[in-house]
Amino acid sequence: MTDANSRQRPRARLAPAEALIGLGLLLFAGLTLWQTLSIPVSPMYAQVGPRVFPYITSAGLAVFAVLLLVQAARGGWQPAEEKEVALDWKAVAFVAAGLVANVALIGPLGFSAASTAMCVLVAHGFGSRRPLRDALIGLVLALAAYFGFAKALGVNIGAGLIENLLGG
Amino acid sequence: MDTLAQLANGFAVAFSPNNLLWCLVGTTLGTAIGVLPGLGPALTIALLLPITFQVAPEAAFILFAGIYYGAMYGGSTTSILLNTPGESATIVTALEGNRMARSGRAGAALATSAIGSFVAGTIGTMGVTFLAPIVVSLALLFGPAEYFSLMVLAFVTVSAVLGSSAVRGLASLFLGFYLGMIGIDLQTGQPRFTFGLTELLDGTNVIVVAVGLFAVGETLYVAARRHAGKDEIVPLRGSLYMTREEWSRSWKPWLRGTAIGFPIGAMPAGGAEIPTFLSYVLEKRLSKKPEEFGTVGAIEGVAGPEAANNASAAGVLVPMLTLGLPTSATAAIMLSAFQSYGIQPGPLLLDTQPALVWGLIASLYVANVLLVVLNLPLVGLWVRILKIPAPLLYSGILVFATVGTYGISQSPIDLILLYILGGVGFLMRRFDFPTAPVVIGMILGPMAETEFRRAMTISNGDWTVLFTQPLSAALLALAFAALFGPRLYQLIQAWRGPRPDHVPGDA
Repeated sequence: MTDANSRQRPRARLAPAEALIGLGLLLFAGLTLWQTLSIPVSPMYAQVGPRVFPYITSAGLAVFAVLLLVQAARGGWQPAEEKEVALDWKAVAFVAAGLVANVALIGPLGFSAASTAMCVLVAHGFGSRRPLRDALIGLVLALAAYFGFAKALGVNIGAGLIENLLGG
Repeated sequence: MDTLAQLANGFAVAFSPNNLLWCLVGTTLGTAIGVLPGLGPALTIALLLPITFQVAPEAAFILFAGIYYGAMYGGSTTSILLNTPGESATIVTALEGNRMARSGRAGAALATSAIGSFVAGTIGTMGVTFLAPIVVSLALLFGPAEYFSLMVLAFVTVSAVLGSSAVRGLASLFLGFYLGMIGIDLQTGQPRFTFGLTELLDGTNVIVVAVGLFAVGETLYVAARRHAGKDEIVPLRGSLYMTREEWSRSWKPWLRGTAIGFPIGAMPAGGAEIPTFLSYVLEKRLSKKPEEFGTVGAIEGVAGPEAANNASAAGVLVPMLTLGLPTSATAAIMLSAFQSYGIQPGPLLLDTQPALVWGLIASLYVANVLLVVLNLPLVGLWVRILKIPAPLLYSGILVFATVGTYGISQSPIDLILLYILGGVGFLMRRFDFPTAPVVIGMILGPMAETEFRRAMTISNGDWTVLFTQPLSAALLALAFAALFGPRLYQLIQAWRGPRPDHVPGDA
């Protein structure tokens, strides 16, 4: 089932966003091929070595990337409903900043502090304008997750200042 | 009658106080997750996978099964009241259910979908009970070559046949293969796709992949479309009791939906979208009041697809429990829970783990009863979940995503990988790539590789064995037909049927 949409619009123009997706996938296929070639093959396993399925995967990704590029050249496939919606990049940037803050802070400051920072940034991205409330809720949620969920599951999350203070 | 004796033992397991509690927790959590649009059972079970280190396998699987069934019930509530399907399997429910709600019959729509889910879920669970031993006896005839071919068939159906585009579905599947192959090759001990990072030698965790695609990706997607217009919650009006007429218009669609949903779910294709849609079309054709479809909302259009949805959810458990073949993202993650316990899924599972399998099946009957109670009288509670403000909901989701991933390894690499996959998930949603094949490919790809190698070892490297063994050849022929058949059909008749709307949330 190729896209019926693309066939309904004859001589459609190249869709740049979709072309980038196809190109990205093609690059990724190249990356997997390069990684496949660097897999050491020991002569002991002559039957089906460790490279066979990686080769198939790289080839498959490359083929589908080319097919996607063809579809992009015929006008793309993105649903009209998606295309019409203008993305709120500012919101995405704040959410992404929250994620980066989490990665950066979880080591030095511990889980709860990092989560609090993340919550403030993410909530701001989603339109909240009450950073103090968000910080408080984030902290309570993180502590609940830390002492409830994490302890119940027996997973060990990086303890930081706050957790140690509370005897985690 | 051996099956009934086994089932009785299963009930003994399921009725232990602890397991009843796990079932209650699972069904409650599952309903809540199902109600929230965009969050699904696959994500929830992935986040709870570390529990497999803590509790007995029976308890973990009863919990997971409760979540799985619960999400199917909860999803319909959101479809009916919000018109945003809570689950991809409840898209069709939204078509008529939301119209019914808007014309003041939300109560009847919720009731027919909950009771229909119960009827279909119970019949479907009976189907699992009696079909599983039969499939096992067939599966014992399978050698590695047959297994490999069966997996190829499953790959084609889950990625190419069910979605809106074969190319995008297969691209997702192959991305899953790639993710599944990262790490040490178990047969030769060689590192693959690790980019020299020691953290990747153990492979990527399915938790990271599922949470990244489904939770982080969903959060980014919703943030980006913040201004895209929101559906309003239809206030719950009208009695939850169905009138005599509504009962008489519901029971046949329930049974027909079950009859469509269960076999399709049980096939190595899986997926609930196709049976729900088929049921909708059938009910529309058979209805005595077709004028209600698309206008004020027809109860048959809710009853049938809801039943089909739950019956196919039960059906999916047949290949999972008997063949070790997952055909949905949720089943794939449940399969990785088996691996986490060191339990080999496959036809021997019923013999080696009878308490686990039959306890699980028995708990499904219990879960269905609990779910009707949870979802009908308590529906007002779930409506409240829909009112959690988005800023808090999504920051909360990201906190739990951190717990689920950073907690298992304490490695920032896993967090970075989680967020990269979140970005990939966002693009996939935006450009209409299905995400479930990534998870299925990741779990099932390495299993297919193992079976292929076994087959080649047995045949001394002779590739033709896949085509000369009749069963294997037939399965491959089916896969071929499934991949290219629809295209030929399209070429022959330039027919184009209506398709379900583009839907958020495939988790």
